[in-house]
Amino acid sequence: MDAKTLGLFGGVLVLLGIATLVVRFLKRRVDLGLDPAIVETFRLRVWAWWMLFAPLAGALLAGKMLTIILFGLISFWALREFITLTPTRPADHRALFWVFFFCTPLQYVFLMLAGRTWFEEPLGITAYDVYSIFIPVYAFLLIPARIAFSGDSKRFLERTAKIQAGLLICVYCLSYAPALLTLDLPPEEPQAASAAPQPAQPVEADAELEQRPLPAGLAQIGTLAEAAQGEIKMPHEAPGRKVRLLFFFVLIVQLADATQYLWSQLPGRHAIVPSISPARTWEGLLGSAASVTLVGAALWFLTPYQWWQAALASLVVSLTAFGGGLTMSAIKRDRGVKDYGTLIEGHGGVLDRIDSLCFSAPVFFHLTYLFVNLS
Amino acid sequence: METNIAGGILALVARFLSGASVRWIDCHPDPCQRVYFANHTSHLDAVVLWSALPPQVRALTRPVAAKEYWMGGPVRQYLSREVFNALLIDRTEIKVHQSPVDLMIREIGYKFSLILFPEGGRSTGPDVGEFKSGLYYLSKKRPDLELIPVHIDNMNRILPRGEVLPVPMLTCVTFGPPMWLERKEAKAEFLRRAREAVVRLKEA
Repeated sequence: MDAKTLGLFGGVLVLLGIATLVVRFLKRRVDLGLDPAIVETFRLRVWAWWMLFAPLAGALLAGKMLTIILFGLISFWALREFITLTPTRPADHRALFWVFFFCTPLQYVFLMLAGRTWFEEPLGITAYDVYSIFIPVYAFLLIPARIAFSGDSKRFLERTAKIQAGLLICVYCLSYAPALLTLDLPPEEPQAASAAPQPAQPVEADAELEQRPLPAGLAQIGTLAEAAQGEIKMPHEAPGRKVRLLFFFVLIVQLADATQYLWSQLPGRHAIVPSISPARTWEGLLGSAASVTLVGAALWFLTPYQWWQAALASLVVSLTAFGGGLTMSAIKRDRGVKDYGTLIEGHGGVLDRIDSLCFSAPVFFHLTYLFVNLS
Repeated sequence: METNIAGGILALVARFLSGASVRWIDCHPDPCQRVYFANHTSHLDAVVLWSALPPQVRALTRPVAAKEYWMGGPVRQYLSREVFNALLIDRTEIKVHQSPVDLMIREIGYKFSLILFPEGGRSTGPDVGEFKSGLYYLSKKRPDLELIPVHIDNMNRILPRGEVLPVPMLTCVTFGPPMWLERKEAKAEFLRRAREAVVRLKEA
C-alpha cells in the first residue's frame, strides 16, 4: 500500500481517535452544562463511524473481492430492513425470495466480473453493460411477473413498486460504491505533472519523494527504465488510487451527513421540508455544501481529479446525500417509524446510516467516469 | 457440554438469520421457572424465541412442540432431542389419562421452564388466534409458574404457512410483564387476559 493511501487511512484513524477522546471527555465533564442528549448523539455517531470505517479499511486493504463482498453484505442487510418495514402480502413471498437470494448476490457477482477478460472478451461486452441494467431492467420485470404468477392482484402495482424501490436503493445504487474499484483510472504520472504548476512547493516535493524510491538506481537507463517502471507500477499504483477514491467518497458522504447535522444546530433554523424532516434546515444544507466542497477540494491530491473536479464532486455529493436522507425520511414517516433496524445501537439501522451513501454512489461513479475521460 | 456448544452456535445462527431484536418490557431474564407463551405463525417460532433467551436461561428452557413435525427427518430429531431439549406433544392422539398438560408438569419438574404456543396450531395471518385451554390447566395445577407473554413479530412473513424457503426479514421478540392465574378466575376470562397480554406487546 502506498504512502498516500496509508496517510488517508491514518488521518481518518487519528480523527476518529480524537473524536472518541472528545466523547470520553464530554461524558465525564457534566459540569460543562452541555445537553446530555446531544453528547449521546455525538457518542453514537462516533461509534457508528468506527463501525463503518474499520471494516471498510480492513476490506480495502484485503483486496477488491473482499470489498465487493462487504458491500454485498451491507446491501443484503439494508434490503432486509427496507422490506421488513414495507407491507407485503403472503403472495409476494416467492418474489421476495428471488430478490434476496438471486438478484442481490448476482448484482455483486457481475461487479466481480469487471475486468475479467474470459468473461468480457468472448461476449464483446463489459461487466458494466451487465450490472448497470440487470436490476433496473431484468429484475424489475421479474418481480411483477413472479407476483402475478402467485395470483394475488390486490394492490399489485403498489406491492411491485415497493419491492423494486428497495432493490434499487439498497442494492443497485449501493453497488456503485465498490464499482469505483473497477474503473479504469489513468496512471499516476499525469497527476504528478498537473501538480507541478501549482504554487505549493511542498506538494511537488512530496510527489517527487514518492516517485524516487522505485527508480533509484535505474536513472541512467533512461526511457527503457521509465517504461519498465510504468509496467511494474501499474498493477500496484492503480488499485491504490481506486482504494483512495472509494475511501474518499465514503468520507465525503459521512462528512456531508455530519456537517449537515452540525450546521443545523446553529441558531436560525429554516426547515426545508418541515412535514417530512424538521431537522433538515437550509442552514444545514448550505453550510454542509460549503464545508464539504472545501474539504473535498483540499483533499484533491488523494483523488484522480483536478482540484475543481474534486470540489464539484464533493458539492454534488453533499446535495445527493441530502436527497437520500430526505427520501428515506419520507419513507420512514409514511411507515410511522423512526429508524429502520437495531443493528447499530441507537442508530436505528444500517439503512439509516447508508441512505446518503446509496443516493450518492451512482452520481459519484458517473462523475468520476466523466472526469477521467475528460482529462 | 457438546450440546451446549451446538446450542450456542445454533442460537447465534438463528439470531443472525432472524435478525431478531429482543426487547424485555417490564420483565427481566431470570432462570426461575416460567412459562413463555407466544403467538404462533411459523415453525421457526420456537427456535427464534429460544435463541432470544440468554444462555443460562436457555439451558433451562424447553420448547413444547408438535411431535409430527420435529420427528420428521434426522436433523429435526437431533435438534429437538439434543439441542432444544424439546418436549414433543403428539397432537394426533391425545389420550385422556395422558394429557399434554400432565406430561408437561411431569417433564419440567421443579427445574425447567417452558415455551408454549397456546393457539395450538399456526395461524395464517398476523392476528393472534384464540388460545386453547392448556395454559389455563397448566397454571391451575402449577400456580407458582410465572407466565410470561411473548410476542414474535414478522415470523409469518419470514416463513409463512405452506412455504418451504424462508425470506430473511427482521423479527422482533418482545417479552412482557409476568402474569399469574388469579384465584377463582374463570377459564375464558383468564385465556382472554393472556391473549390480550400478547396482543398488547405487538403495539408496545
